[in-house]
This record gives sequence, C-alpha cells and structure tokens, in this order.
Amino acid sequence: MSIDAQRSGDDRLITEADVDEIALGAAVLGTGGGGDPHVGALIAKRLIRLHGPVRVIGVDELSPADFVVPIGGIGAPSVDVERIMAESELLAALEAIERATRRIPTAVMPIEVGGGNSMIPIAAAALSGLPIVDADAMGRAFPEAQMVTFHLAGYGPGTTVLVDHHGNEVVSRPVDGAWSERLARSVTVEMGGSATMIDYAYGGEVVQECAIPGTLTAAKRIGRILLGHGESAELRDDARIDALCDELDAVRLFDGKVTDLQRQFEGGFTRGAAELEGVGDDRGARFRLDFQNEMLLARRDGVLAAVTPDLIAVLDLATGAPITTESLRYGARVAVIGMPCHEKWRTPVGLDNAGPAHFGYDVEWAPVESLAARRKEAA
Amino acid sequence: MGARGYRIGIDVGGTNTDAVILDERLAVVASVKSPTTPDTGDGVAAAIDAVIEAAGVDPAVISHAMLGTTHCTNAIVERRGLGRVGILRLGAPATTAVPPLEGWPDDLRRAIGEHAYLLPGGYEVDGRVLSSLDEAAVRDACHRMRGEVDAVAVVGVFSPIDERQEERVAEIVSAELGVPVSRSARIGSLGLLERENATVLNAALMQTLRSMARGFVTALEARGIDAEPYFGQNDGTLMRLEYALEFPVFTIGCGPTNSIRGAAHLSGASDALVVDIGGTTTDIGVLVGGFPRQSAHAVEIGGIRTNFRMPDVLSVGLGGGTVVRASGPANSVVTLGPDSVGYRLPQEGLAFGGTTLTATDVALSVGGATIDGLVAPAFDATVGEAAWQSIRELLEDSIDRMKPSAAPVQVILVGGGSIIAPDELDGVGELIRPEHFGAANAVGAALGEVAGQVEKIYRVDGDRRDSRDDAAREATDRARLAGADPATIEVVAIEELPVAYMDGQAVLIRARAVGRLAA
Repeated sequence: MSIDAQRSGDDRLITEADVDEIALGAAVLGTGGGGDPHVGALIAKRLIRLHGPVRVIGVDELSPADFVVPIGGIGAPSVDVERIMAESELLAALEAIERATRRIPTAVMPIEVGGGNSMIPIAAAALSGLPIVDADAMGRAFPEAQMVTFHLAGYGPGTTVLVDHHGNEVVSRPVDGAWSERLARSVTVEMGGSATMIDYAYGGEVVQECAIPGTLTAAKRIGRILLGHGESAELRDDARIDALCDELDAVRLFDGKVTDLQRQFEGGFTRGAAELEGVGDDRGARFRLDFQNEMLLARRDGVLAAVTPDLIAVLDLATGAPITTESLRYGARVAVIGMPCHEKWRTPVGLDNAGPAHFGYDVEWAPVESLAARRKEAA
Repeated sequence: MGARGYRIGIDVGGTNTDAVILDERLAVVASVKSPTTPDTGDGVAAAIDAVIEAAGVDPAVISHAMLGTTHCTNAIVERRGLGRVGILRLGAPATTAVPPLEGWPDDLRRAIGEHAYLLPGGYEVDGRVLSSLDEAAVRDACHRMRGEVDAVAVVGVFSPIDERQEERVAEIVSAELGVPVSRSARIGSLGLLERENATVLNAALMQTLRSMARGFVTALEARGIDAEPYFGQNDGTLMRLEYALEFPVFTIGCGPTNSIRGAAHLSGASDALVVDIGGTTTDIGVLVGGFPRQSAHAVEIGGIRTNFRMPDVLSVGLGGGTVVRASGPANSVVTLGPDSVGYRLPQEGLAFGGTTLTATDVALSVGGATIDGLVAPAFDATVGEAAWQSIRELLEDSIDRMKPSAAPVQVILVGGGSIIAPDELDGVGELIRPEHFGAANAVGAALGEVAGQVEKIYRVDGDRRDSRDDAAREATDRARLAGADPATIEVVAIEELPVAYMDGQAVLIRARAVGRLAA
C-alpha cells in the first residue's frame, strides 16, 4: 500500500488545506473504526494556522541519531468529542518523554494512521516545530495498543507517557505491549476516559525497521480522490471508488444495500454484523460484514472475500465517503472494498496478533487479492 | 360565543405561504396558497385573510394558531438579522485545543461578535467536577461584554450529565447583564462543538424570532383571532410562543417535518414514506409511528456543524418543472433535469403553451395525469416513453433508499408536483394521494402534538431503573413546558446506549415524551 511520493517541495509540507484530505483518507483507512477525525482536524488546522505548516520526512531520511515519538489519543471517542483535549497536553507529553528517556525528540509519528489518531501527531508537529514521519505502526486502525508493527518485530512499548488536561503525567515502563494496553486503560479511566499517549518511541533505525512507510501520503491521496481535488477534479462521482481501488491496489468486493444490521456494545467494543443485498453488477448476490469497532470479516454468498488484517472499508456508493460501523444503517447503498494490508501483517507473527483467530473468527486467512482471483476463476 | 377549537396553520416557505383551517376534529375546512412577501408579516396576514374567507368561519372559533417558518434558517444562511452573542464556555483547563467558533465562516463570526471566553468549569464523563466555577471570572467576562452582546450562550463540558454549573452561570449573567441566556444542556446533546454551535445560533436567533412572532401575533389580534400562538419545530411537534422565544433554533428544519406530519394526517397513515414532489425537487421522508424519522448524522446549517434533531430527508432533483431533454441518434438518449423551470412552469411548460418539455408534460401525455383546463401536449412518443420510464426508475430507486425495511411500503404523495408520479411503483405496497395534498406542510404545522426530549449520560453503578425514570421525568417535564396537556403526556421512547470504550460504566439515555396540545 505504500506509495512513493513525488517529492516536490509542496509535497513535503502539510498545510491547513491538506488536513481535510488526510482526515478523509484516514477515515477510509480506519475501516469503520478509529474515531471521527473531525475534532482532530480542527485542532490540526488551527495549530497549522497559528504556527505554520508541518514538515514531512520519509522513513528513508531517518538516522540512528533520530528519536521518533509516536503520539496519539487513547480512550473513548465519545469523550474526545465532548471534553476536547487541552492544547497543553501535546507539549507536556513530548517534554515528559524527553525527561524520562533523556533523549530529545527529533520527529513525531502517528501510531495509527486510521481515524482520529492521524490528526494528533500533525497537531503536535505544528505546535512543537518537529517534523512528522510519513509512516505509522498499523497502516490502518486496530482496537488494541499492542497491535503495532513494533510489537511484531519484538520491540516492547518502551517508556510510555500518559498526560491529561489537568497536567497529570504518568510515566511507566510496561514489560510488554499487553501490559502497556492494560495499564494505559486503567489510567485513562481515572483521567476521565481519554488521554494523550506516547509509546513505542524509538531511534530512527528501529522506525526504519518497523514502521509502515508512506501511510500519511496514502491517506492524503485517498482524500484527494474522494474530495475531487487536484488531478481527481475530472473524476465523476461514480468513478471515484474505482479510482481509489486503482490507487490502493484494492479490490471492489461488493456493491449493495444494507438489509439487516445487528450491533451491540460488548466489553467496550461495537460488535455486530451487517447483511447486504447486491445492486448493479452484484444483483442477486448476498454479502455479510462482521465488525468489532473495525470491519474485520467480509463474506460473499458465504465464501470468504476478505479478512483482517487486510483492510475492509465501506464507502457510500454515490460519493465514496467512508461509513463507520456506528453510522452504518439499514438501506444504506454502499461499496465494500478490500485492501491488502502491509506485508508485515501477513507474516505468521502478524497473523497471530491481528488475524481472524485473534478476533475469534473461525476462518482460514487468505490474502484479499488471492480470494478475488479465486472468485474470478470460479466465475 | 359559539364553537371553539378550530386551528389555523400557516407555513411560510421561500416561494409560497400556505394556510389551512382545521376544525376541532382536525379535519381540513379550507386550504389556500399565497405568495411569500419580503416582510413575512404581510404575507402571513394575507394568507390568514384568504383562508378565513375560503373557510367561511367566524375568526372567533379559532383557538389555536400555528406557524411554521424557514425564517430562522434563512437568517443563518443569509447572515441577516442575527443578534450579537457572548459565549461563556466552562471547560478550562480542558478544551483549549479548539476554542469557541473555531471553523465558523468569517462573515458569520463577524455577525455574532468576538466575545468568547473559555472559563474554568465543566464535568468529567463519570460526573466528577472537571474544575470548579470561578465566579469572579464569570463576572469579569460579563463586565467586558456589557453593552456589546444581545444574548449570552453558556456551554459547559458534559453539561448533559450535570446542569448545575450552567444554571449558576446563567443566574450570574442574568443578574449582571439582564440579557437572555441560552444554556447548552437545554439545547443539544453530547458533542461539545456541535452543542456549542447550536447554543450560539439559538442565542443569535432570539431577537429574529421575537420580531417574527410579533408580526404573527399582531396579525392574529387585528383579525379578532383570540388564539394561543404556537411554532412548529424540527421534530414535527409544536412549541408554545414563550418556549419558542427561548429556543428559536428548534424551528430550523420544521418545513420538511411539517410536510411529513401533514401527509400522515391527511392520509391517516402512521408508518409510511412521504414523497413530497414540488416544482424542482422531491423530498422523501420516513414516517415512523406517526413521526418523521430523524437523521443520525451531524447536520450543517449555513456552514456550521450542529447536532439538531432533524428529519432524515432524501432530496432528489425531480419536480413538476424538471426539464426533459432528448439527444443522440433518433432522440435515443433521454435525460431528466437536473434543472427545472420551477415556478415558471405555467408559462414555459409545453402543455401551458410554452416551449420547454417538462416532467409535467410527460405525465400528461404518457402517464395519464390530468390538470383541469389543459390537454396533453403532443411530442415524440419514444421520448415520452423513455422519460416516463426514467421518472419511474428515479422514484423507485429513491424510495428504495429510504425504506425502513425490505417489505413493500406505503407511500403518501403530496406537493404541487406530485401528479408526475406513476400510480404503480415497484416496492410500493399502497400509493395514497390524499385530498389537500398541496398544503400538507400547513396541515402539519396545525397539528397539535407537543414533545419533550432529553438525552443524558448516567453512571450505571446506580440503579438502572432510577436513571430511566429520571430521563422519562425530565422528558415529560419538557413536554409540559412546551405546551402539552399533562394528562395526555406519554413517554413514547426510551433508548439506552452504552458509551463505547468505557466498559459500560456510563450509559446514554434518550427519552422522548409526547402529549396533546393543552386546550
């Protein structure tokens, strides 16, 4: 999914105008979860307006002397939209990691490009003057803090920092990703259900080894296609989804309308399934989507079409706008697309951590593109 | 004095002001259409005169008068006649990353003024105090705003959980400045920015609605109509004049709602789709249990994101005046609109002696529709058939999108352009064309139910039943304040939503109560 950016001068900066594009792309990569980037986009745009555009650097430009700090929010999206963060949390977190590690951050990075957490590091970069690395540690959104490529490569969370709006700082050194998730959850509840977090802060060489490169650029390109900006201005509305699939090597899995929807909140997650009935070329076929915050499993007439860690995004059929698991509803006309995840997730350890079995689905993992090829042959 | 209990309903739209009179059993006695005037009061007065004459009733029999208007919506969209608003957000040290009015268009910011303050206050999601009020800071802000604001909006973080801080600040502001105060917990639900935006707009509209209301009341009094005035709100119910003056923002979006409610009443249906076909667009709404289904998405008005309760309406570019074009070899490619001759249909349509082929012409020639005094125009029959097919497909597709379930649905057709709809449509069980279909929106305005709604977050470590009872009580109380007869108030819906990611420690409860209009 990584895209080698054309490195012209403007492409190396994130301006106010770029933020909406990245936010929309991040919502697609959020695969139905990850939180609404709206508030984060307002924060990022405001700080860019006040402090100037954000400089973007590629993973290949990092050196061992760099200290890259992933920064984002943890907690309930419903708290984030009510008790909006304090601007001071951003610098407080950066200062706390510097004090605790005695290393000076040289760049920030999104820990997850999907959803609202794409925006916080842009805001932090604008405020601190640090550049942002065009990469993340998921290439999508996942619900648990240890579902990151650092963890797959055997790196722990390192020194983690949680700060809140009151100025509380909690610095910890959890033994592994699972403990980090557990400790962070309980501290976050005390902090009022939402906090700013730094974890997996590493030197440039570790980021080069572990991070998924080019994901901010990918988000931006998705946003440009869906918003019809720049080179996408000529696209008709109904051509956007195909253009997006071309861009992402994605497969258009199904066009249909939602005919049944079950959704409950369980253990802090939105779990459920949607049944779709085909329209257009897919008339006569049926489709089922299973989700736990994110869309995780897609089956066409009972046959596997795509499954986590590959990305499954549900888009409005008319506009291509991404639809979250919470806003999905009966009668919605949607296109479901499947995108290959980064190869790091397709390894045995990647599948162990984020494959179908981890989420309790009894299906055999297979890459979305092979599943598509298999269906083509059968047809 | 003889009989009482008649109602007059008025809908002030962009083009027409419609008026109806309903008798005490809510049957339509008469309906009229007259042009909307620049000073809406004149158009309202003219419509009242016309409908009283058409109905042939003594004005003294009218005991209730209802007005639905797009006036407040237009004031926001056109940035006209808005009051200057002081904003007190209670949330520091949190929320500093997005100050009030962030993302508002510059012209609207200028209309509102620049008095926005972020002060200590607010609550956490679990009900703890985020920070205590600083009353000296509130008084200091009042001092700065003195003479420069027409109203004040008070917005506290998590005030839907606990309103006490907002109440206290409103008291201080009233005492210090003597201007009207809008409190966010009374206006909207969770989502600070959307609720704040709605509260600020509400405060800005207070004097807009006041002058509109004055025109309405004056027109009624001048005609000897001794009636309690009501305003339509966006969820399809009415509010009493003094409530409307406090919550003008709730009149936004009442237009489509009134047409859905009116259609329900005229047809007797309570679960159906309402297809309102005008001159330029078709609006499709969903009637569930007698009320319009509300939108689940954030609603933007004049470039401002809000969380109003708004009807879920699909608008499609198809109306009586929609232009039909044929091109390609042997006119084989036929397209519908999206442009329309709109209100010029009686001059430009083929059947009216004009030169433009419109959807109405197609319905007259191919669809078997009739309009008194007109003959079906003659034109290429293949084009006519193709256009008729396109109209059918567009309506079928749009209806299908809005259907609440896969079963065949009842459809109520209203609006001046509704003759262009075929009598049979796929996926439609029964198609109803009620009498007085052209004035469905004014009928909707005149209907007498009143609702109160509340949305609050509760901790679940208390008794779940207590929380539900509390929400139900508050909704009932709000319905009573809005003008419902306490004896008829019923809690029609209680919905619980656990707050995601919080491991079920908190639950959002929405309650809604509806009652008949107090006589």
